Amino acid sequence: MSNFPPLKLSVDELKAVSLECRRDILTMLEKAQSGHPGGSLSAIDLVTALFFHEMRMDPKNSQWEDRDRFVLSKGHGVPALYAVLAKRGAIPHADLATLRRINSRLQGHPDRVLLPFVEASTGSLGQGLSIAQGIALALKLQKKSSRVFCLMGDGETQEGQVWETAMSAPKFRLNNLVAILDNNNGQIDGHVTEVMDLEPIAEKWRAFNWAVQEINGHSFPEIIAALEKSRTEKEKPTLILARTVKGKGVSFMENQIGWHGVAPNAEELKKALQELQGGKS
Amino acid sequence: MGAKATRDSFGEAIRDLGKENPSIVVLDADLSVSTKSVNFAKAFPERFFQMGIAEANMIGTAAGLSFTGMVPFCCSFGCFLTGKYETIRVSVGYSRANVKLVGTHAGLGTGEDGYTQMGTEDMNLMRGLPGMVVLNPSDDKTTRAAVKFAAQHTGPVYLRLTRQKLPDVHASEADFQMGRGIVLKTGTDIALIGTGSTVSEVLKASEKLKSRNPWVIDMHTIKPIDGALIKKLAATCKHIITVEDHNVVGGLGSAVAEVLSEVGFPGKLLRLGVQDTYGESGLPDELYEKYGFSSEKIVERVGELA
Repeated sequence: MSNFPPLKLSVDELKAVSLECRRDILTMLEKAQSGHPGGSLSAIDLVTALFFHEMRMDPKNSQWEDRDRFVLSKGHGVPALYAVLAKRGAIPHADLATLRRINSRLQGHPDRVLLPFVEASTGSLGQGLSIAQGIALALKLQKKSSRVFCLMGDGETQEGQVWETAMSAPKFRLNNLVAILDNNNGQIDGHVTEVMDLEPIAEKWRAFNWAVQEINGHSFPEIIAALEKSRTEKEKPTLILARTVKGKGVSFMENQIGWHGVAPNAEELKKALQELQGGKS
Repeated sequence: MGAKATRDSFGEAIRDLGKENPSIVVLDADLSVSTKSVNFAKAFPERFFQMGIAEANMIGTAAGLSFTGMVPFCCSFGCFLTGKYETIRVSVGYSRANVKLVGTHAGLGTGEDGYTQMGTEDMNLMRGLPGMVVLNPSDDKTTRAAVKFAAQHTGPVYLRLTRQKLPDVHASEADFQMGRGIVLKTGTDIALIGTGSTVSEVLKASEKLKSRNPWVIDMHTIKPIDGALIKKLAATCKHIITVEDHNVVGGLGSAVAEVLSEVGFPGKLLRLGVQDTYGESGLPDELYEKYGFSSEKIVERVGELA
């Protein structure tokens, strides 16, 4: 039987991968001249850790039954996923240049029908966690040990459907479900704390009976430790509250709401890539 | 002739299918006693998921189950289910999820509970989604056949069922073929097309309209609509009358009108049903009379046609 264990890259190796992915994200966004840099850069360390440290995956077979699943509920952050899939050898790196172009598999928001390894078509916020729950339920029914990881935006959890799933996943004892909240405190109309404050986030999820861990979402040691701990849960689903920085890694984008959904121009890309040299992540 | 609510036929059929097909799972949102999914829940508790009063989460969860090899049937009242349109649109429709949406309490036939519990726009909503099959069977046999079809079909299906009893119309499950209207009577130059609960009304009306020898059609599949049959009727009929317990905007009447507009039908299309308004409390028979699509009203309206 085929077996594709997690890559378990070291912290230094993960840093190198995410640095390269950051460069790919900005390059593809500049090429497309549209897309969402802020939320892609806040999520990339989390996505890198999942695909290069934690998840079982055969990059040559998206339908391998024993794979772990990744659901990107914050669909607008998909450049982070595309960059990681290319780096992992799951899709051709050259495809990144087709992002958001007509006839491309790399849609502006992820499309499970067009692109392998996209487990759910998302972009209409608040739906991914329900889908991830359904996958986790099916895996339990089928007595599979695979796990499901769902990355959500913080603004996204203003959607009521998220809290319906927050209620139901503990009822079904889905300890194979790990939700990660990319808490970059930015959404289109402003800071999350101003648009519709979610705090106290950790207490809310704890009250819904989730195993909650709070981490720095840009610290690989913390991300890895949280993912390790989530494996030890006997009944509860895990919510990893990852405190992140929108636009992380590019000085002029960090914490700037304006960079939520605007692509860099050639000049800005050049400046960003200069900042994203090896050893400076 | 027996009579049975199509939700009851569903409850029995899905329980029977559960024995044959271990991939079938059923989800309900606190209405399992009403939708009759309770039959499945009792027989296969490990494959039944009680989701509470939270339909959007139920639908998204069903999508995830389907992506992992299961065949989920998602049950609630048609209005509550299709009311979560955005979740159905993206998590089911666009995702090509193999999810079966089962909406009971179709139309004014829901009765005393009144408008908020009545699915009178559900077919319109589901018809607007590419790839969605919309089924509205008229009796016990065809409902059983429709459930079996849904289970073996790959792709999303909306199955619309009644709260009220409907008289038996068909002798065999084999009468049902998805996408093919059933010709109950061949006629001359008038066609009566019913769907779901109105098929028996149309049949009753046809008895009183014997002198005009109408065609009688059971159009159980609203999408994909049987264009070939409608075109055939258009070629031979002066008048076509559609009858539905649903808003005439977006349901059977609209689907038929779309086909007729393509062939340049020179006759008249009369669309009976809920005339772009909201329903109310009452007995089904009273409501069908008041809203103009009981068998008597059908006879009356046909009589006005030259």
